[in-house]
Amino acid sequence: MLREGEVRIPSGCAIAAIIDKKGGMINGAEIIKSIALMHDRSNGLGGGFAAYGIYPEHKDEYAFHIFYDTAAAKEACEEFLFKHFNIDVAERIPTRKIAAISKSPDIWRYFGKPNRVRMKNARLDEGEYVMQCVTKVNASYEGAYIFSSGKNMGCFKAVGYPEDVGEFYMLDTYNAYLWTAHGRFPTNTPGWWGGAHPFSLLDWSIVHNGEISSYDANRRYIEQFGYKCTMQTDTEVITYLFDHLMRHHGLPTKVAADVLTAPEWTEIDRMEPEKREYFTRLRAIYSGALVNGPFSVILGSNKGLLAINDRLKLRSLTAATKGNRAYFASEESAIRIICPEPEKVWSVSGADPVFVPLEIAQEEGE
Amino acid sequence: MSITAGLRPYAAVNEEIRLMLQKKDKAVVKDVNGQRYIGCGIDKGKRIEIHGTPGNDMACYLNGGTVEVFGNCQDAVGNTMGGGKIIVHGHTGDALGYGMRDGEIYIQDNVCCRGGIHMKEFRSMKPVLVIGENAGAFLGEYMAGGTVVLLGLHLKRGEKLFGTHCASGMHGGKMFIRGSYPRENLSENIRVKNLDESDKKELEHYVKNYCRYFGADYEEIMSKPFKKVVPISSRPYAGLYTPN
Repeated sequence: MLREGEVRIPSGCAIAAIIDKKGGMINGAEIIKSIALMHDRSNGLGGGFAAYGIYPEHKDEYAFHIFYDTAAAKEACEEFLFKHFNIDVAERIPTRKIAAISKSPDIWRYFGKPNRVRMKNARLDEGEYVMQCVTKVNASYEGAYIFSSGKNMGCFKAVGYPEDVGEFYMLDTYNAYLWTAHGRFPTNTPGWWGGAHPFSLLDWSIVHNGEISSYDANRRYIEQFGYKCTMQTDTEVITYLFDHLMRHHGLPTKVAADVLTAPEWTEIDRMEPEKREYFTRLRAIYSGALVNGPFSVILGSNKGLLAINDRLKLRSLTAATKGNRAYFASEESAIRIICPEPEKVWSVSGADPVFVPLEIAQEEGE
Repeated sequence: MSITAGLRPYAAVNEEIRLMLQKKDKAVVKDVNGQRYIGCGIDKGKRIEIHGTPGNDMACYLNGGTVEVFGNCQDAVGNTMGGGKIIVHGHTGDALGYGMRDGEIYIQDNVCCRGGIHMKEFRSMKPVLVIGENAGAFLGEYMAGGTVVLLGLHLKRGEKLFGTHCASGMHGGKMFIRGSYPRENLSENIRVKNLDESDKKELEHYVKNYCRYFGADYEEIMSKPFKKVVPISSRPYAGLYTPN
């Protein structure tokens, strides 16, 4: 079979997300119900979920979810992992055998903290140390792929329809205060396990419907800062952009969103002086991080949920709120199936990113 | 007797609607949850009543029939419709009336981006799109014909009548817009005029229909002034790539 980047298949995807701002728990069955309603938007070549708040007993440790193609890959990767981290738990991620999901790689989960001596010698802070270790494995350990590396969160993804992927990973046994989900209809590239969404690094996870026309400009920009785009698919670059802007540069979520979706110059020219200067500076400093092309994107993190649309609004995205919860989905019906009477429903416009902050983040020492 | 859509796939629901409309002139579909293509291509004299949230491309290629929705709609309602009527007691998503060629669409609330994109007209075929509240960006993009009526009802402070790039690439047809509007969101190739007598007569007809369908107050709507938005040129991009 031709791999990613070698064949072009045009079409669309589905995304969905739920957050409980106060940290109330939501069972995985709910997000599965939402994304399953949009079955026809995907074609069975990729589905996935990100869940936040699922590992409270390990909340201070990094949770690594890893695909292994071969036993040799596992051996090599574990040697690296055990050298660079103090691993407390190493286990297979529990899965159900279902007919719809086949040819699974070996899927493992590790909880651990960075090896402090190595981290100190490398003169890196914790986030940077973990990011560089993940990048190292994904770029140079053939057959091993770390697809989740955050704290108290995890990604679950596979080749299949999202509702089948949810059943495969037994997500109805997980409770989270924030869920994102993706149903893939690969555009431009065939599907493989690593290429399914979400794309995650540290606490960040991205689900994306659309394509990034500015991919190469963004890739050239982000690879200057130690990231390597190894997945041959456009979405991963968005994850790295957010990580870079928010972790390295300390930008607030809303400002990072404004960098990625900055307005056109003609619109900036018409703004009030203060706003005009703000956007002029963002576009001047971060021109390589401006994302172009048709997209709707949801960023999950321990800070909350962010939804953005491209500035020309070429992909649909609906938002809704009820009580402490906010919902997002590519289609309104996918929200109403789990929240029949929302207080407010609206379409996310290209000009207005929607950020729903998690109001328990401070308590966790973020 | 009504049809319950529930969580069934769209093909099964649409087949059941098709069979019912072979025997009767009206089909009522309940508990609709995102099923696509409902009311696709139905003919004159046929009517579908939808309860719930119909999926994308609802009433596409509508061929003279009527589709009435009690709920909100998603994207591409009335895609390439060639006649008939769509009445939505709620709002709709992006690309409403995409390439619409004839017939009428009435939306009680707001529409998202690209309402009326590339509507067109030919001789007696003149499509009409009536929107009760406001519209997102790119309203009437590449519009080639037909009429858009934007009433701007119930706008809250800070809400604009239409989003950016309104009438971008518009080269035919007209829009009637009510009350104050964001001039800066109109594209450059556009002229804003007052309504003449025949415009007024045409507008009154559409507003009366809107009031009849949704129980709105005709006098109140007509008490605010309307403007007419038309393209300056039928070839707005004539000089974009070539000098002549």
